[in-house]
Amino acid sequence: MSAPTPSPVAVHDPGQLIPLVRRTALVRCNPLTKIAVALILMVGTLLSIDVVSAGVVLGFCLFALPATGLDLRAALKRLWFLPLGALLAAWGTAILAEKTGEVVIDVGPILMTTGSLEAATAIFLRALALAIPLIVLASTIDPRDLADALVQRLRLPEVVVVSVLAASRLLGLLVSEWQTLAMARRARGIAGGSIVRRTRSLFAGIFVLLVQSIRRGTTLAMAMEGRAFGRPGRTWRRASTFGSDDRLAVVVSLAVCALAIVAAHMLGTWNPIVGGN
Amino acid sequence: MALPIRAQGFSWRHADRDEPAVGPLDLSIDAGEKVLLLGPSGAGKTTLLHAIAGVLPAESGEATGQLRIGDRPPDPRRGDAGLVLQDPDSQVIFSRVGDDVAFGMENLGLPADVIEERISTSLAALGLDLPHDHPTAALSGGQKQRLALAGIHAMAPQVIILDEPTANIDPDSAVSVRDAVLGTQAATSATMIIVEHRVDLWLDHVDTVIVLGPDGLLTQGPPRLVFGDPELAEALIECGIWVPGRAGPLRTESRPDGDLVLRTERLDVARPRAKAAAAAGLDLSIRTGEAVGIIGANGAGKSTLALTLAGLIPEFGGEVNALGSLRSGAKHARPFRWPSALLAPRIGMVFQEPEHQFLRSSVAEELALGPRLAGWSAVQVEERVAELLQALGLESLADAHPQGLSGGEKRRLSVAAMMAPRPQLLIVDEPTFGQDALTWAGLVGQFLDVLARGSTVVAISHDHAFLEAIGARRVVLGGAQRKKQTSGAGDTQEGREN
Amino acid sequence: MPETTAPQSTAKTARAYSQAPASKQWRVVDYVVTAVLGIGVGLIFWVLALSWKVLELGFQAFPPSIGLIAGLWVLAGPLAGAIIRKPGAALLCELIAAIVEAVLGSHFGATVLLSGLVQGLGAELIFAAFGYRKFNLWVTSLAGLLAAAFMSVSENIMYNAEWQFGFQAAYTVCAIISGVVISGIGAWFAYRAIAKTGALSSFASGRLR
Repeated sequence: MSAPTPSPVAVHDPGQLIPLVRRTALVRCNPLTKIAVALILMVGTLLSIDVVSAGVVLGFCLFALPATGLDLRAALKRLWFLPLGALLAAWGTAILAEKTGEVVIDVGPILMTTGSLEAATAIFLRALALAIPLIVLASTIDPRDLADALVQRLRLPEVVVVSVLAASRLLGLLVSEWQTLAMARRARGIAGGSIVRRTRSLFAGIFVLLVQSIRRGTTLAMAMEGRAFGRPGRTWRRASTFGSDDRLAVVVSLAVCALAIVAAHMLGTWNPIVGGN
Repeated sequence: MALPIRAQGFSWRHADRDEPAVGPLDLSIDAGEKVLLLGPSGAGKTTLLHAIAGVLPAESGEATGQLRIGDRPPDPRRGDAGLVLQDPDSQVIFSRVGDDVAFGMENLGLPADVIEERISTSLAALGLDLPHDHPTAALSGGQKQRLALAGIHAMAPQVIILDEPTANIDPDSAVSVRDAVLGTQAATSATMIIVEHRVDLWLDHVDTVIVLGPDGLLTQGPPRLVFGDPELAEALIECGIWVPGRAGPLRTESRPDGDLVLRTERLDVARPRAKAAAAAGLDLSIRTGEAVGIIGANGAGKSTLALTLAGLIPEFGGEVNALGSLRSGAKHARPFRWPSALLAPRIGMVFQEPEHQFLRSSVAEELALGPRLAGWSAVQVEERVAELLQALGLESLADAHPQGLSGGEKRRLSVAAMMAPRPQLLIVDEPTFGQDALTWAGLVGQFLDVLARGSTVVAISHDHAFLEAIGARRVVLGGAQRKKQTSGAGDTQEGREN
Repeated sequence: MPETTAPQSTAKTARAYSQAPASKQWRVVDYVVTAVLGIGVGLIFWVLALSWKVLELGFQAFPPSIGLIAGLWVLAGPLAGAIIRKPGAALLCELIAAIVEAVLGSHFGATVLLSGLVQGLGAELIFAAFGYRKFNLWVTSLAGLLAAAFMSVSENIMYNAEWQFGFQAAYTVCAIISGVVISGIGAWFAYRAIAKTGALSSFASGRLR
């Protein structure tokens, strides 16, 4: 983004999964723009499994992270498992991909070749490049702004959109409730112990969480109806608009997407998922 | 503007039940009247309120008779009624204060400039001096209730319907919520109907009291007449209604001479992952057989302290140490280091929301869990469960699902489940919030029983009557105790050690 | 002659909890609880993904066998279908679960939206085939089966493209088995357990008898 003028966020919102610390130009963009950017970057990564296209998109994302205005240290703490998951996906590919090139490792059933290792690296980068844009962009979207955009811009039915997005506020509530539930299980004496006990205890907690969330949802629906929700002729407090920042964000992401695809073709690593090989 | 409410032979029956949840009932509430609706749990107060608000789920039961708001049946979409519910967390709709207040007005189709103007007016009227983009998740329970009221205030409804709006918040905030309700009513001169257990909070501010009995309307009249009638008083007490001016139950003397069971030295407490302590420099000595009440303003770190004492979250600074019989057999002195199976039979923790700690699919199994994990024999477990079921008066519901019980039953079951394995220390967080007088008395009985057997009770509570009833010594959090920790030694708080 | 008013099928009346709601019209509570279920299941996906990292490692020796737990990913559709019982509930719920999972952080990124759509469609088609009038163990199991079948085909294209065909076929078989067991049969019993708590009293599915 071009020289954003970030204003610091006054009160931290405990409902946010990754806290927003600055309101940058990107944060102020229309939610639809943010979703479009995530989808455009996804296209750049999804079409091919190769190191270059995934690397270009991932590199851009990491470079542009400060523009999201998020607390990056908190983001790192919450997303530590992403590289781990990507690594697991890569491991699967390394032993399953077609064995081309020289043999690198051959231990019992595990056979890895230069070809399969290259595919594994590509899968690793690609997994991260698919995950990061969506998570960070979604963290900057306020459900209310999204509702405005979906109803006013995409003409989606307002009862569906507002109901679903109002319910989404319960997500933050459920995350903190999950921590309380874990403590409650420890207090009841069923936390820890053997793996079977741990699993049983975990499922007991999940069940309570589901029941609680349904109850809360039912109450929320009642509260919404109790304030005349569902009446025809709803008005909107704010107009959902697009500005020059929105155009810029889309253009930049399109450019990155194009660069990823062109670079992969030029360097000869292009490896499309459909109709290729 | 206000509308009258009339019911003629109105009743509503849930599809699963043979008996109606409420009614048949004849009711007449005049336009602009302020009504307090009372009755025992199960009399259908909440169902009646939801019916008047028009939000009873259409697919789950059927109504008979007639109910009219003005001259039409209730329909929330007309926007002539505004509803505020009990649970502060479940009725916040958007993540920013301004959007939340605007929600009802947008539904009514008001133009954007009117909405902006009224958001400011309504927030100010409810004493919420906050910027419009303030996050709703950062509000306290009392503030969330006032936010919901601001949304109603802005809609300017003709009928205001309130379902235990102060049940889940502390008594200090309850007064401000009540004043907010009365302010909203005064500003709209709407008909107001409210269900509440805290009778004394509302009595001087309503025109009429309506009491629902198990078989329909018990009485309707001005508060002074209803509560001045000695014949009615007994019936009201039997319904679990807090009759003002009744003396509290007996007090027991705490025994501060027992052995130490738990001691903290310069303890700092904080929620997991928090950067700063919620309360710091706490020196507590808790003795066997005594009741300790931990009091203090909202945000003083009371609940966090309870979790820390219960060994559920680590100390932020300092240490919690178990001593004497509470510790015997445990390798570590700090309860946080104990495995779950060792912790539960020694320290019982009752959470603020009973739903969080139910783990089994029947009441009896819920009660049996603790003793069984503590290694009791099958016969002992069975005896204990039978004893507790009888004490709770839940024998007929032994096979019912704990999550399906009424609010008061859930609360008492959650306490009973924690006391089932006879822990030496029972820690409870606001056990009496929003309970009717019967449940309250039952809870007091439960804790007196625990104390009588020589166990210790630590209660976080705003409810002074409750703390007096169990004879608790008070520890105040906040103020002097909340001293900034400096690096040097020797700034110990004045403690109670000998 | 007086008309006979004998009930038509006294013996064969289905259990009250197997019946469809009175109306196919969506209410506000239907939307909100569908969303809440999607959010709850999405959160569960995420929690399990964290807790089961160790378990997943065990599958890495033969990755197609991960299909044996992959059936879990289609839980939201059959569960919402059984609870909400309105046209589109399974699709909407699976889509929301996918969005939540993506937002909380999954290494599938925005592609989960595609997955959610495909999987939700699988479950939805089954409920539609029964005209949204029949809700029981069999229908829900079938919903789990078709959702898992849709899922495995789309996953083979999107993620497992590098795998040899034999591995892809093995993955599909494993996924369908787990889809029926976890997300079909499992969803039905999960729904019954939830109904017993009384939390579904606003729904036709919440009938206790």
